[in-house]
Amino acid sequence: MYRIRFHGRGGQGMKTASRILGTAFFLQGYEIQDAPRYGAERRGAPIFAYVRADHSPIFERGIIHQADLIIVADDSLVPVPGAGVLAGISDRTVLLINSDETADTWQHRLNIHNLILTLPVETEDREALRFIGATCSGAAARLIGDISRDVLQQAIRDELAVLGDQVIKRNLSKALAAFDAMAEHAGCVSQSPAADANDYQQPDWVDLPFDDARISAPDIHAAANSVEVRTGLWRTLRPVIDYERCNKCWWVCSTFCPDGAIAVNEGQPVIDYDHCKGCMVCVAQCPPHAIEAVSEQLAQAQESSVADTQTTGESS
Amino acid sequence: MKRMLLTGNGAAAWGARLAATDYIPAFPITPQTEIIENIAEWIDKGDMDARMVTLESEHSMITAAASAAASGVRVFSATSSQGLLYGMEMLYTVAGWRAPFVLVNVSRGLASPITLEPDHNDILAARDCGFLQIHCATCQEVLDSTLIAYRLAEHEQIRLPTLVNLDGFYLSFTREPVEMPDAAQARAFVGEFDAENVRFRASAPVSQAVAVLGGSPYSYFRYESHLAALNALPVYDGIAAEFAEQFGRHYDAIEAYHCEDADLVLVMMGSFATKAKAAVDQMRQAGQAVGLLRPRLLRPFPAQHFQRLLAGKAAVAVIDQNISMGMGGVLHSELSSALYGQPQAPALLASFIGGLGGRDISLEEFFEIVKVTRRAAEQGEPLPPRLLYTENELREMRKLQAVASVERDELGGGS
Repeated sequence: MYRIRFHGRGGQGMKTASRILGTAFFLQGYEIQDAPRYGAERRGAPIFAYVRADHSPIFERGIIHQADLIIVADDSLVPVPGAGVLAGISDRTVLLINSDETADTWQHRLNIHNLILTLPVETEDREALRFIGATCSGAAARLIGDISRDVLQQAIRDELAVLGDQVIKRNLSKALAAFDAMAEHAGCVSQSPAADANDYQQPDWVDLPFDDARISAPDIHAAANSVEVRTGLWRTLRPVIDYERCNKCWWVCSTFCPDGAIAVNEGQPVIDYDHCKGCMVCVAQCPPHAIEAVSEQLAQAQESSVADTQTTGESS
Repeated sequence: MKRMLLTGNGAAAWGARLAATDYIPAFPITPQTEIIENIAEWIDKGDMDARMVTLESEHSMITAAASAAASGVRVFSATSSQGLLYGMEMLYTVAGWRAPFVLVNVSRGLASPITLEPDHNDILAARDCGFLQIHCATCQEVLDSTLIAYRLAEHEQIRLPTLVNLDGFYLSFTREPVEMPDAAQARAFVGEFDAENVRFRASAPVSQAVAVLGGSPYSYFRYESHLAALNALPVYDGIAAEFAEQFGRHYDAIEAYHCEDADLVLVMMGSFATKAKAAVDQMRQAGQAVGLLRPRLLRPFPAQHFQRLLAGKAAVAVIDQNISMGMGGVLHSELSSALYGQPQAPALLASFIGGLGGRDISLEEFFEIVKVTRRAAEQGEPLPPRLLYTENELREMRKLQAVASVERDELGGGS
């Protein structure tokens, strides 16, 4: 059985990517199962979806713990513990990461020797981000090796039918380009067998101890604990205020911010980036157009290069 | 017959469509909402000739469903978890009306703490209300069971509303290949709903569900509902046989998987049972005589089927995806009462609780359940009930509790 997991952020189309791959397997004659896993749906939050495919009926269900192929549409998720990108990887798991960093860098960074492949991020072409789901499914289809180019095209047409010809055409071109780009690694993903019933890792079951209600009631006895959840991690776009242009109106951006993440101090609006989810409502509402939308990835890269320069400066 | 990919929610909606449902009262709740979204879209496009009305709560929705059914139209509705419980008063009430309709429940663990993922405490809370219950394990079964449920509910020997249950996430949002029955054939199988004399008509006044004072008439009416539910056992077998003949898919009241020559049998309900099937396959490959029983029909309870299928087995391990506080697994106690005193009943009926709130059950855990149950049976020792919970999970729980304490201190909360 093939077991494949897609990781991305809400809004990046991971559910669609898993469905395209699931349909492609199905059209290729496989039994399949595909499903997204989300909590309360929200743009920018880590989500994942998965696909199983086999030549006999599939009885396994639920989250894939040991994947043969893991696809990561957004490389900023790799270090986020809650995203669980690397959960259950073994030596034979192939990783496909949408990243400008090289595969060597990722191997070094994660200290693993798995086959890692990268899809170059098209940071210049913001439009391309919209097709990252199709791009990932196209690349995945080629890495599996048993899905033809024609079947991939048909799967994309089937899954995106309601979106119209123009959208299908653009998704097709991205997905097929990714399919072709992975030619060298076609078929590098292998199927894994199920666990052996005579030789398995024994579960370390525990007898739950009694805890009294002061401990075991699902309560947190503190006010305003939501500030501890850094929802700023969900952001793919960052609003940046140009204070030269800001006319210090006191209220428009801060009033419209649905997350209360803009405070105004002495007429100066300040964005709380720990909790700004990057919805860009402030960008749309600002009367003098003083707030700009910047790619979060670029903004972070700039910040870290500034930090590096400062560190180097201090040490020398 | 066309094979296509459908989620469990999609399959439930197709069931309602193929059964030529007339009326769908609706109220949204995760993870069920997709069912009514599908139906709304079909009605909007003219693909389905039915009337959908959104109500202000599940309590009203169930009342509307049964009221419409009592007027002789075919009704479908769907809910989940807290929604089913919010309508609980009306579940009991409308079952007593003997108004047949189909209600799909997408199982989701109950608060508190609140969650989205599945277990069966929601549907089991409706165990005693008079609705019949069919539990599904695959998307195909969701579609087919919906058709079967109408036959069952509307049958003249029964006339009780019927719940079709599917698990949230593991079925509701999971796509699988589903064979789509031919629309005309499905329609012919379900047939027309003939309400006969149990219906409201224009210019024919009737008072339904009157009050009774005194236990004697009350006992009569309640016990009649029980007898009607019991009738559903042989009627279900007949409908399932007819379904198999027409569509080639078999839905015995209890699904038996590699059971005949098994000395040890797993028993569980719902979609997690297909995981148990995967485990049985592996154990069979390893030379172990293990089987699986999965009741599709929970109300009425197929006690005699269980007695026959489990006669002479060495041991049974019941895995309950539910918990009755202060008692344990519900299926375990139901099965115990069905087997008690039976001449060839298995000596050991072990109880495991797993899958609460969607907590996964790994293949290895199924292997271990079989191993410890077999060992206890061989040694003739009792086996205490076991929650499937690992040391690692407890460690993670302790970590969460530590984080909560730190946050409490940081934020200056109470002690």
